[in-house]
Amino acid sequence: MSKFTKKKSNELPPVSTASLPDIVFMLLFFFMVVTVMRDTELKVEQNLPKANQIEKLKKDRSVFIFAGKPSIQYKKNFGDEGRIQIGDKFTDVSNIGLALTEARGKLNPELQSKVVVALKVDDDTNTGLVTDIKEKLRELNMVKIIYITTSGDPLEQ
Amino acid sequence: MARRSAPEVNAGSMADIAFLLLIFFLVTTTLEKDNGIARQLPPIDKSEIEPPKIKEKNLFIVLVNKNDQLLVNDSPMELEDLRENAIEFLDNGGALSNSIEYCDYCKGKRLITSSDNPEKAVISVQNDRLTSYKMYISVQNELVAAYNFLRNRESQRLYGWDFTDVKKEIDAGTYLGKQGDAQDKLKEIQKLFPLKLSEAQPKKN
Repeated sequence: MSKFTKKKSNELPPVSTASLPDIVFMLLFFFMVVTVMRDTELKVEQNLPKANQIEKLKKDRSVFIFAGKPSIQYKKNFGDEGRIQIGDKFTDVSNIGLALTEARGKLNPELQSKVVVALKVDDDTNTGLVTDIKEKLRELNMVKIIYITTSGDPLEQ
Repeated sequence: MARRSAPEVNAGSMADIAFLLLIFFLVTTTLEKDNGIARQLPPIDKSEIEPPKIKEKNLFIVLVNKNDQLLVNDSPMELEDLRENAIEFLDNGGALSNSIEYCDYCKGKRLITSSDNPEKAVISVQNDRLTSYKMYISVQNELVAAYNFLRNRESQRLYGWDFTDVKKEIDAGTYLGKQGDAQDKLKEIQKLFPLKLSEAQPKKN
């Protein structure tokens, strides 16, 4: 009997799992910090043009307008022409007002008057569509806009 | 009696290590931020007052056609040369030295055929509806670059720092020193070279 127990005690003790929660929490926090919440599913292509004279976008006071050709899975229903997306649905130029007012309502009330409209437009889009959007924005009196770009030298493209 | 089991590893400090790593990652990771060219649209003007006429020499007209080709003041131009030409135009300072419009900080060629001073100089961009957005942004970028170049030059001369650098620092909240002070100085520079970019309605085709 005593021989039996002696044999068992010679084995290594199991690895302590006390620190496992810590590691898990660490990973959790890490991913919480790094991941950017994406509340909208992109339905249009987004190859942003390059520019180097850029400023930072203040996220807390901005609403997004996406524009570009519908991505592959939507091509069948929405065709090949440039389309506008606000929130997660396609919008017509005439409906921008309603969609933007809704998006603005979600911002912090103090910042709603300082709203900046961020235009994320695919580089293959016609400028005409962008002009239509801008005309509409002027009518809505949301005159602060920012053309979202990626950083790079535009002369190289 | 003769138990020789290895002692259990002390896990008390594990939490500390975890927190250390956590803080390390918190500090080092930067979120991907959206950058872009900011612009203010002109409000809709309902008054029927005729806008004041701008002298032809104070206008820098950039036309972009549907094939993404540039026509600047009636002569074709490559995108690479746009920035330099815009700088030359803005910095010209053609007003005579005894007039009130004389621009004493301009370092241009002072041609009578080009702009009087940066205050008067207007850059007008006109696109075709079929111009690609890529080209549109490139043109805007080059023109903003021209303004930034001149603003940097003036802020270097007056205050010894770059306009764009300080603006970036203030936006990021990392500016050391009095922010109000620097903001006033930025405004001062902006007054010297006001951004006068006009966008005409694109031609319908």
